[in-house]
Amino acid sequence: MSTQLPSECHMFLPKSEFQLLIDLLRGDGFTVVGPMIDQEAIVYDEITSVEELPLGWTDRQEPGHYRLQQRDDDAYFGFVVGPHSWKKYLFPPLTTVASAQKTDSGWQMRTPDPETTKFAFLGVRACELAAIAVQDRVFTGGPYVDPIYSERRQQAFIIAVNCTEAAPTCFCSSMNTGPRCTSGFDLALTELEDGFVVEAGSEAGESLMSRLSTQQVTAAQLASAESCRQQAVDQQSRQLDTEGIRDLLLENLEHSRWEEVGSRCLGCTNCTMVCPTCFCCSVEDVTDLAGENVERNRHWDSCFNLSFSHMSHGTTRNTITQRYRQWLTHKLASWHDQFDTSGCVGCGRCITWCPVGIDLTEEVAAIRNDDCTSETGGTA
Amino acid sequence: MSTVTAGTPATDPWLAQTVRIAGITDEIEGVATYHLDFADASAAGSFSFRPGQFNMLYLPGVGEAAISISSDPLLHGTLDHTVRIAGQVTTELARAGVGATFGLRGPFGSSWPIDECLEGDVILVTGGIGLAPLRPAIYELLNRRTEFGNVTLLYGARHPFGLLYSAEYDDWQANGVDVNTTVDRASPAWQGNVGVVTQLLDRMPVADPERTSVLCCGPEVMMWYTARSALGRGIPKERIWISLERNMNCAIGLCGHCQFGPTFVCKDGPVVRYDRVSQYLRVEGF
Amino acid sequence: MSAPAARPKLAVFKFASCDGCQLSLLDAEDQLLDVVGLVDIAYFLEATSKIVDGPYDVALVEGSITTPRDEERIQEIRRQSGYLITIGACATAGGIQALRNWANLDDFIRTVYASPQYISSLSTSTAIADHVAVDFELRGCPINQYQLIEVIQALVAGRKPHTRTHSVCMDCKQQGNVCITVATGEPCLGPVTQSGCGAICPTYNRGCYGCYGPAKQIHAQSLTDHLIRQGTAPAEMVPLLRNFNSGAEPFRDESNRIESLT
Repeated sequence: MSTQLPSECHMFLPKSEFQLLIDLLRGDGFTVVGPMIDQEAIVYDEITSVEELPLGWTDRQEPGHYRLQQRDDDAYFGFVVGPHSWKKYLFPPLTTVASAQKTDSGWQMRTPDPETTKFAFLGVRACELAAIAVQDRVFTGGPYVDPIYSERRQQAFIIAVNCTEAAPTCFCSSMNTGPRCTSGFDLALTELEDGFVVEAGSEAGESLMSRLSTQQVTAAQLASAESCRQQAVDQQSRQLDTEGIRDLLLENLEHSRWEEVGSRCLGCTNCTMVCPTCFCCSVEDVTDLAGENVERNRHWDSCFNLSFSHMSHGTTRNTITQRYRQWLTHKLASWHDQFDTSGCVGCGRCITWCPVGIDLTEEVAAIRNDDCTSETGGTA
Repeated sequence: MSTVTAGTPATDPWLAQTVRIAGITDEIEGVATYHLDFADASAAGSFSFRPGQFNMLYLPGVGEAAISISSDPLLHGTLDHTVRIAGQVTTELARAGVGATFGLRGPFGSSWPIDECLEGDVILVTGGIGLAPLRPAIYELLNRRTEFGNVTLLYGARHPFGLLYSAEYDDWQANGVDVNTTVDRASPAWQGNVGVVTQLLDRMPVADPERTSVLCCGPEVMMWYTARSALGRGIPKERIWISLERNMNCAIGLCGHCQFGPTFVCKDGPVVRYDRVSQYLRVEGF
Repeated sequence: MSAPAARPKLAVFKFASCDGCQLSLLDAEDQLLDVVGLVDIAYFLEATSKIVDGPYDVALVEGSITTPRDEERIQEIRRQSGYLITIGACATAGGIQALRNWANLDDFIRTVYASPQYISSLSTSTAIADHVAVDFELRGCPINQYQLIEVIQALVAGRKPHTRTHSVCMDCKQQGNVCITVATGEPCLGPVTQSGCGAICPTYNRGCYGCYGPAKQIHAQSLTDHLIRQGTAPAEMVPLLRNFNSGAEPFRDESNRIESLT
């Protein structure tokens, strides 16, 4: 909706005034979505009050492992990212893209009316801003624009939150996507003990900030925010070496590591469901019994499904090994050709939420350590 | 709000146009050509395509199938799709009669590089139903015949009854396309070539390989052998073009199904320059 | 587009089962009358005492083969049926009663029946496909009524039924469920189980126990090894795999493998 501003204008928002942010957004017609605890994890859902935020909780993450844990402070945002991502609002898991009705004069085709829900996302991390930017390229950057994503995206108001710690599964530093929020937000917050350092990233954000009960930020508060953000940098232990990664993977399509990881992979689609950039989907018809009213429903799909590459005369990727290779080479290699960016933002969700803890950084490292380019498949 | 720049598209890419079957031509066994009219006359007026492009044919309640357009791009009155019964959509289409309506989205995808073939020789290599997506290219080459050198069609089928559009070969031949056919298995009456289509390419004279273009459509392994043969004859890799096939669901590069390495077959293809995908053609299951 | 003119003649047969899958059809209250209108019900004892002799265009077969009489009857049904569809875990994998395949049947019979000499039973419970050719399998315990309606609609339209074969996880994630195994450590068969139930159990905070049987191309050992490493006792894994689909080969083989380790 508005242009990017240089992030110079910092203010301080005391926690006592935090609720006003949600109230103003709701008053402006936004559905505010933020983190909350549900099903023993921190998920994203509609909120109306700061009291619904996971105050005093954090997450402990490892490959295939996630646990909530009480913090020894009252931080609102003292965790990293959970199983949900904002993609469920911008690119809904199930939506109707078109419909058809049988009439006396033949089939009549329709597409749905534009989306009217305006979302405000509260607590978007740097890796998630990067993921939204990636999906912007996918859904709105090519010759065809997806109307559903585009409508929702243009109306969204984004309040980013700078991470102040990192999970062992985080590797945004490797992907150059974080942990500092640098662009793609309307407002960005850095949480301190008694309030937030707020910066505006757009005119809309600046306008909202002017209506908040903010105070002039002090040099001490700015320094404290900086040291909190630095902690998220310092804590990051996981790395993905992206040097030449496109060619590394595409020139090692016959590497023995694919079979090895393929034997562990369940083909269950969890990594692609939790990934904030994965966009694979399928449109399928749902009809009434008479077959005269048809809806074309789009649902999230996954390159890990056998049916995904099915053709009438055969299936292209007929083994889990081939499908894991497709996912990883798409995400980290061919995505560069297609969208001029990596498809990975280093959020670590695919590592944490893999039911058997497969870690893509480990898979890439294994291929890199035994780069057998000479074994690449036949070329003319 | 923040940094999205694209606006809402003028037309929704998910919106299908209603088309009506104006006629059906039975071709070979299990293959028919559907001649389509747009229900909305203004849609007909604004529809144009380039040879090699495809449409998504949508049978409500069943689904969509990507089908190449097989008519002459200059003839706006008719829009033809030659369809082999293969999956659910085509099976259902085969039950539809003249007058039935269904949906169409398109045209989609890249086209045969006719303008890059100017003044040189053109060799079209194909097999079976693969002639359907090349027929509009043949029509365009005929329409602009003086702009090209020799134009040769090398076409293979399993048996003589599998040769598509055979009634048109004499006309093509008379107007400057050298039509060469071959079959895997001859019938008693067959007087022509027997063997795979790439053998025709191996045997034909290529006078000026540097200025010869190859347009090929068939199974991936056939296209790979065709390219190998063409390269062996000195035809540059930049002048070899193939038409890829993958599962297609959205046709607009938004669903991920049709990926072939970096290529979205629906929007970067189906027609691609051989050297841009050759490294992946022989990788199993990629 | 134009459906075959005649309504297919449908028969519903039952073998060893609880009748729950047949009830799924009767439970389709909103659509039942319309569905019934699509077909000519010739044999369906759960719903009507009217019996029309075969042959039948379509047979829905519920239940597993557990008696010598069953073995003969399924052959006759196959001969009488154009298109044979098995419905439910009993028919597709032997059902919960396939647990007898790991036990001594005579012990059961002596324990349960006062006059065991009148019982004629096989020592195994097996899937219909182990005895005759099956044209389509509809999974689940019980089956999903919407999948059954899809099957009937498809048959009437003369097309292959469309049921999805992905894992339960995909449905779970799309509903916003948090992975119960990753977030709590509770074992869940969702990653190796075929979709169809709508991820009911994980939605109610318990692990999937595989009602819809193994998904395609699963690596069950990878999952069980990981669950055992994360603290699930092998003795707990075996009964999880030996449930309604214990007779399905991937679950059966993996449960045997784990049992042999303990």
